[in-house]
Amino acid sequence: MNPSEVAELVADPGRGAVTTFIGTVRRLNLGRRVERLEYEAYAPLAVRTFERIAAEAAERWPGSALAVHHRIGRLNVGEASVVIAAAAPHRADAFAVCRYGIERVKQIAPIWKREHFEGGDVWVEGATADPDDTRAREDALRRACA
Amino acid sequence: MRVTVRLFARLRDLVGAGELARQVDPTANVAEVWGDLVREFPALAPYTSSISGAVNAEYARMDAPVADGDEVAFLPPVSGGGGAAGGGRAS
Repeated sequence: MNPSEVAELVADPGRGAVTTFIGTVRRLNLGRRVERLEYEAYAPLAVRTFERIAAEAAERWPGSALAVHHRIGRLNVGEASVVIAAAAPHRADAFAVCRYGIERVKQIAPIWKREHFEGGDVWVEGATADPDDTRAREDALRRACA
Repeated sequence: MRVTVRLFARLRDLVGAGELARQVDPTANVAEVWGDLVREFPALAPYTSSISGAVNAEYARMDAPVADGDEVAFLPPVSGGGGAAGGGRAS
């Protein structure tokens, strides 16, 4: 998963700014020493969800483009699990779209991780995924524009 | 009618399978497919208020109708929302 390849997906002469976000597997989580993560996805719905998020971003930031790449399976500490690339005519929107993209992926993409740590493992469960939850979407917009 | 049920992450672990073929009532909606599943696998019951449903790989409300041959998926809370830990085990 090469970030520059994901960035190429959104490159366009009309978009002068490209930002990328790389999420990697962190050593410590909730005080636990993480050994590895195991990601699982409902792949066809995940792809549709990524497309939906890109459409939401294009609606809010006209002229922007968003690409999302997420790995599944076993990942070791330090490995990239997700790459987001955003492009827009100007940098402020490119940063905002990138932030919006990762926030929405975390909220609504059907992707789960099982954390293997010293002494056990656990499925990490956050919030119910609901793409029509307007409060969640507004929260992502607020974070993107902070 | 027959549907294919898909389960992910901890739901899959609790049931011991990620895919099940099930007969459901011809007028069934997503919630009723889940209800049948909870009767069969009571360990799923705590998830009733936190799952998302999908029909044929599109998010669907729990009152959405289900048709013969549909793939009905149940999704536990996703990783990103809050960072709370679900069920697991210590070894």
